Amino acid sequence: MTRSHPRVGPLASRATGGKQLDVDALLDDPGTGIIVCCGSGGVGKTTTSAALALRAAERGRKVVVLTIDPARRLAQSMGIEALDNTPRPVTGVHGDGSLDAMMLDMKRTFDEVVESQATPEKAKQILENPFYIALSSSFAGTQEYMAMEKLGQLQRDAAADGTYDLIVVDTPPSRSALDFLDAPERLSSFLDGRFVRMLLAPAKGPAKLMTAGLGIVTGALSRILGGQFITDLQTFVAALDTVFGGFRARAQQTYALLQADGTAFLVVAAPEPDALREAAYFVERLGEERMPLAGLVVNRATPAAERTLSADEAMAAAVRLQKDDPGSLTAGLLRLHADRVRMLEREVVLRERFAAAHPQVPTVVVPALAGDVHDLVGLRRVGELLAG
Amino acid sequence: MSDWPRVRLHVVTGKGGTGKSTVAASLALALASQGKHVLLCEVEGRQGIARMFDVPPLPYEERRLATGLAADGQSAGTVHALAIDPEAALLEYLAMYYKLGRAGRALDRFGVVEFATTIAPGVRDVLLTGKVFEAVQRNSRNKGARQYDAVVLDAPPTGRIGQFLNVSDELAGLAKVGPIKHQADTMMTLFRSPRTAVHLVTILEEMPVQETADGIEQLRAAGLPVGGVVVNLVRPRDLKVKDLAAARKGVLDRAAVRGDLAKAGVDVDDALVEGLLVEARDHAERRSLEDSQRKLVKAMGVPTYELPRLAGGVDLGGLYELAAALKEQGLA
Repeated sequence: MTRSHPRVGPLASRATGGKQLDVDALLDDPGTGIIVCCGSGGVGKTTTSAALALRAAERGRKVVVLTIDPARRLAQSMGIEALDNTPRPVTGVHGDGSLDAMMLDMKRTFDEVVESQATPEKAKQILENPFYIALSSSFAGTQEYMAMEKLGQLQRDAAADGTYDLIVVDTPPSRSALDFLDAPERLSSFLDGRFVRMLLAPAKGPAKLMTAGLGIVTGALSRILGGQFITDLQTFVAALDTVFGGFRARAQQTYALLQADGTAFLVVAAPEPDALREAAYFVERLGEERMPLAGLVVNRATPAAERTLSADEAMAAAVRLQKDDPGSLTAGLLRLHADRVRMLEREVVLRERFAAAHPQVPTVVVPALAGDVHDLVGLRRVGELLAG
Repeated sequence: MSDWPRVRLHVVTGKGGTGKSTVAASLALALASQGKHVLLCEVEGRQGIARMFDVPPLPYEERRLATGLAADGQSAGTVHALAIDPEAALLEYLAMYYKLGRAGRALDRFGVVEFATTIAPGVRDVLLTGKVFEAVQRNSRNKGARQYDAVVLDAPPTGRIGQFLNVSDELAGLAKVGPIKHQADTMMTLFRSPRTAVHLVTILEEMPVQETADGIEQLRAAGLPVGGVVVNLVRPRDLKVKDLAAARKGVLDRAAVRGDLAKAGVDVDDALVEGLLVEARDHAERRSLEDSQRKLVKAMGVPTYELPRLAGGVDLGGLYELAAALKEQGLA
C-alpha cells in the first residue's frame, strides 16, 4: 500500500506558489504607520485586527486599533464596550509598548464632521434634518466613509502629538470588500451630482436651460413621495452644501493617506470560493489604485491532518470495519480523518488557484481555532499563528 | 409535512459567512420538490444565485433555473430566479403605477433614479422589497405574469434585516404622506402576516448565535414573523458521546484503535495512531463547543433545522442534497 499523498502535509499549512507573509517584519518596521484589514464579511477581520494590534504593542509599538463591530465579549475584554468614539487604553498588555482600542460610532463621527465644518446654527439645522438622520445612520456606505474619516482623524492626532506610531483599522462588514474604497467617492459624487446641484441653484449658469426639466422632476417626486419630502430634501442639500467643500477635501486627504508609503493593506479571507474571489478583486483593485498591499491572511483554515493516510484509504478501511461493527470507534476516527483530508485538499486547491493568479501576494494561513476568541490570551494566540 | 404550510414568502437572513444564500437556494429547491413553483430572489447585487446554479449572471428578469425532484406522485415544481436591481425596479414601478412617461425619463436624465436608489435612505429598501411584494401578490389579474406558489428571498444580513423589512418605519421620517407611504404600509401588512416567515441561518459559533438571538428579538419587536433557525455547516457526527468524552480527555483505547486499523488492512504505525487521536481530540473539542451553542439555539424557542457541512463544498448536486434535508426536517 502506498503512503504517499502529496497534497496534504506541508502544503496544508503553507500556500504554495506564493511567498510567506512575514507579519512580524511588517509590525516591527517603524515605517509601517497604518495597517488596514479588509475583506468580505464573516472572515474574522475584527479578530485579526485586534490580534495584530496586540502583537505589535507587545513588540514595543504604540498602537491604536479601530474596530467596527467587535463581538461583545471581545469588546468587554478590551474595555471598549462603551461606544464613546474615543480610544481607551487596553489593560494587561505585556512589554513596553501600549495598546489603545476604540469602537467606531458611525453617527457620532458624522456629527463631529458636520460640527467641525459648519457654524453652530447651520450644524444644528443639518443634524435635525430627517435626511441627515437617515443618511448618517443607515446609508449603505456611511460606515465605510466614517471608518476612513476616523482613520484620518487618528492619524492627524498621532502625527501632532506622537501618541501612536501604528494605527490598525478594521473595515466594516461590507457586501463587497471594495465598498469602503468607493464610499468617500460615492458620497462626494452624490453631493456633486446634477440633481443635487440643481436643487441648490436651479437658475444659475448652464443649469438655467434645465430649470423647466427640474419642475417636471420635482413635480413627479412630490406626486410619489409627498410634498414634504422635497422640502426636507432641499433644506438638507442646501445646508449640507456649506460643508460640502470640507467633505470633499477630507475624502481626498484620506485617499492620499491610503496611498502613502506608511500604509499597508492586509486582505483577509477564508478558504472559501466567495471569500477568495472577493480577495482577488480586492488585490487587483488595490493595484489599480496604487495602494500598498502587504499580503493575504487566510483565516479559518482546516487544521493540518495526519499526512500518511489518504481520504480514500481511510474511507475504505472504515467501511471494512463497519461491516463487523457498525458502531466501531476506529471507523468513526477514519471517517473524521477522511472528512478533514478532503476539506484540506479543497482548501489547498482554492489557495493554489489564488496564488497562481496572484503570485506576488505574500500569504499567511491561520488554522481555525476550536473556540471563539474573547480575551487577550486568545488574541495573543491568534497573533502567534499570524506570525507563522 | 411542512412546518410552514401557509407561508408564501420565505425570507432567509443570516450573518456573513453562515451560508444564507446556500440555504435560500436549497429551500427554493426543497419547495419545488413538493410540486411548488418558486421564485428565488436576491437583492444585494452579488449574483450569488447565478454562481450557485452555475449559470450566466441574471438580468432583471425572471429566469427558469432548476426543476425540483418529483416526489409522492406529484409533478415536479420549478425554481425561477430574479436578481432585483433597485434602479430597474424604480423605473418599472414608475411605469406601472404612475404612467410617468416624459417625467419618468426626466427623472433618469437628471440623476434622480441614481439618487433615489443609492443615496436616499430607505427608498432603496422599499424598491427591493416592493418587487418581492409584487411577486408574492400576483394573481390572475396580472396578465401574462408568471404566478408563484412561494417566493424565497435571499435577504440582507441579520444585522440589517429588521430595518430592511420594516419599510414603513424607515420611510416614516422622510415621506409622511403620498402614494409611496401608502404602498409601504400595504407591504408591511403582508410582511407582518402569517403568510411571511423570516428564517435565520447560523453556524454553531458564539457570534453568529448571539446575532441570531438579537435578530429574533428585533424581528419580534418590529412585529415581523420569526420562522425557523437553520443551523448550517454542522460537523459530521461520527463519534459516540462517550467516545467524544474520552477523546477530549485523551484516553481513547490506543491499542484497540491500532488493532482495528491493522485488521482493516491499513499499514499502521505509532505516528498514524497518534495522528488520528490528535484529530479526534481536536474534533471532540469543537463538538463540545458546538453542543453548548446548540443548547442556546434550542433555548430560542423556535423550530430548528440542521444542515451538514459538505466536505467538497456546495455545487448544484450539493444544493439538492441540502434541499432533501430541509424537506425531510419540515422547513419546506
